[in-house]
Amino acid sequence: MSDSLNFSYLVDGENFASAGQASVQVKKELRQLGIAPETIRRVSIAMYEGEINMVIHAGGGVAQVNVDDLGIEIILKDEGPGIANIEQAMQEGFSTAPDNVRSLGFGAGMGLPNMKRYTDDIQIDSTVGVGTTITMRVNF
Amino acid sequence: MTINDIKNHLDAEVLCGKEFLDKEVFSACGSDMMSDVLAFVKDQAVLLTGLMNTQVIRTAEMMDMICVVFIRNKKPGEDIIELARESGIAVLSSSKRMYEACGILYSNGLQGQAK
Repeated sequence: MSDSLNFSYLVDGENFASAGQASVQVKKELRQLGIAPETIRRVSIAMYEGEINMVIHAGGGVAQVNVDDLGIEIILKDEGPGIANIEQAMQEGFSTAPDNVRSLGFGAGMGLPNMKRYTDDIQIDSTVGVGTTITMRVNF
Repeated sequence: MTINDIKNHLDAEVLCGKEFLDKEVFSACGSDMMSDVLAFVKDQAVLLTGLMNTQVIRTAEMMDMICVVFIRNKKPGEDIIELARESGIAVLSSSKRMYEACGILYSNGLQGQAK
């Protein structure tokens, strides 16, 4: 198996306007690697939703993207409040985002469902008061 | 339908991306909630929205959309225009309301889902 390629990004939790910059960067990197546009789109949408979540709920975090022979892995790690009920959070329309977030076009309770929709696998590891790590895979 | 057709149908002003006016769009989406936009991938699409922030352009970029139309005569700030320029997305501004703008494009043959 050949070496995997890794990209790491810090997601700034203070600035909503800059949310999504890491996803834009990943999109560029994946394009340079010559990966199929459909795959890139799935990765970037899932990561973008995750990034927005980290900014809205967790005060930012770290995003890591690994590219190997089989596909692309996205790991989003934050030290936010954690998700109390993951099953509930996965339901379309369920949101704990404050109203001001809705006026910004997010917080409709579609973030996690969209992340699941576009990836082949999603693992959510969350502890209330400690943080959340989301690992997603998109296979080639 | 080309971006230029959209401009004419919606009596819109082109704020950036004049060089893309000949590009063809095959589907459209009208929403102020970006996560709803992100839920359904469409090819060569145009986004109609009344929301005004940089995340509109990022959402369009993630979806590989090629045109954003701001409705109700909203004029985005330079930060939004600049981001659209960097992303290669045409930005239009129309005085139509959402329902009307969507209806005009739909009745001229631009459907919600690309065939």
